[in-house]
Amino acid sequence: MDLVLDVLSWALILNGAVFAIIGGIGMLRLPDMFARMHGAGIIDTMGMISIFLGLALQAGFTMVTVKLVMIVLMVLYTGPTATHALARAALHAGVLPLLSERRAAPDTTDTDATDTREDA
Amino acid sequence: MVHALSLGLAMATLWLLLSGLFDPLLLTLGVLSVIVVVAVALRMDVIDHEGHPIHLTVRGLTYWPWLLWEIVKANVDVAKVILARDLPIEPTEICVKAGQADELGHTIYANSITLTPGTVSLDVEDGLITVHALTQQAAADLSTGEMDRRVTELVDGRKAISRGLP
Repeated sequence: MDLVLDVLSWALILNGAVFAIIGGIGMLRLPDMFARMHGAGIIDTMGMISIFLGLALQAGFTMVTVKLVMIVLMVLYTGPTATHALARAALHAGVLPLLSERRAAPDTTDTDATDTREDA
Repeated sequence: MVHALSLGLAMATLWLLLSGLFDPLLLTLGVLSVIVVVAVALRMDVIDHEGHPIHLTVRGLTYWPWLLWEIVKANVDVAKVILARDLPIEPTEICVKAGQADELGHTIYANSITLTPGTVSLDVEDGLITVHALTQQAAADLSTGEMDRRVTELVDGRKAISRGLP
């Protein structure tokens, strides 16, 4: 049983670490600030949740697990607010996202395709 | 009043879980802290169904697992895009309608969108959410309205769905 828990928790921790690295690569590779936020999003969802679940499995039914779960919930509730504030601040400061297409409404498929990507 | 009691209970639980100690001095300090926090919150008039949405507790039990699974799927999609050699991104800005009745619903919907990698909500106004999507696929997935429907079900209950949607 201990072995199963160990294997599972290490798989989760490694999975989280891999996703955190992928998020980091994304933040380097993606072209502009708004796109890079999606890379950061990987780190504070999949990376964070997976690592903390792995750590919780190591801790078992203890106070440590309770605190780990609290941290996960805290980040899940506050993270989107911070990301939204960042995006709003950037827009307010006049940073415009690089877009390959701008769509007006969810249902209309007719688009005025303004290609603003330099390397499209 | 229900909200104030619930806030006090939540704060007391938080104190006990974080301290884990039960000697009289710390318990007294805890009780005092809880009373001060609830009193301040009452004076600031921030304890209502928005600040402390206890009515969502039961329906949240089905919404959270669904959202977490969506987050996992979106993570895999975005990770694939990032690792692809030619970086196949098509940054898109779309406007989606938030079908919820009040601002609490709009907030939960916009936060759920941001929490899902590949989509970030940029602006929320009059029930319209402007979303920046990393790929056309992410934008298309959001446009299906599945998340909108789930959030409406979470905040307004199932009946509102059959009434509200065309």
